Amino acid sequence: MAANTAIARRTALRAAAGAALMFALRPVNAAIATAPILGELAFAYAGPKATLREARVKLDITPLVENGNSVPVTISVDSPMTANEHVVGIALFSEKNPQNDVALFALTPLSGRAQVSTRIRLATSQQLMAVAKMNDGSCWSHTVEVVVTTASCVEE
Amino acid sequence: MARALITMPKSARLGEIIEVRALVQHAMETGYRRDSDGSMLQRDLIRRFSCSFAEAVRSDGTRAAPGTRVVFAATLHAAIAANPYFSFYFRAEKSGTLIFLWEGDNGFAHREQATLMVNA
Repeated sequence: MAANTAIARRTALRAAAGAALMFALRPVNAAIATAPILGELAFAYAGPKATLREARVKLDITPLVENGNSVPVTISVDSPMTANEHVVGIALFSEKNPQNDVALFALTPLSGRAQVSTRIRLATSQQLMAVAKMNDGSCWSHTVEVVVTTASCVEE
Repeated sequence: MARALITMPKSARLGEIIEVRALVQHAMETGYRRDSDGSMLQRDLIRRFSCSFAEAVRSDGTRAAPGTRVVFAATLHAAIAANPYFSFYFRAEKSGTLIFLWEGDNGFAHREQATLMVNA
């Protein structure tokens, strides 16, 4: 359900993305230049009125991936996870996989701690971006760059 | 029948935040690969995972809060590795049951549950 909404919104936003992109692509303290597609996806996930800032989220992944078939990732968000202040969703996007969507997580105050770990596939060296959405509508992101030596190939 | 593995403590102190780990056996076929004959392998993914909490039934047969509440859910795409694994957290405030549900392509559905005892 959440994914469908996100995709529909993304499609609708794509037309307006040209102008929006200029804004989305200018993270305040970006250590790396964010790939245009990631900026677009993050903006689509955040929604047209949301603020999107690079802080509070930590996307933890090894910078040098030896096997792209199974790469552990941990995403943690700085949030007390109370009824009044909690993370409602975390989206993980990839720049160069066949599909940009990796996973979409839904969290609730019952979660207690805003931290999620899983294992993902990476087709090639690329950027990954995690976007966390808070219950107040604000969105926070973290982008990392990974080098993949043995890819999760489409033709294996 | 798929096999699933849930790792979490059986009991917790009131208010303790426990780690819950869930793994299910599944190939997560992406739909982008070819077999040895060169024909495309059909996509077969788990699309959704959820963990919900149902409070334990009290001695008088009623529940403090009827129904289940979602703790954590995930929408999965092809980039999730085979045998999907998720680790997340749960704030233990009531004894009850955590219900784990995986759903995916070709009618895949698997359910697991684990009980948690909360000591005041």
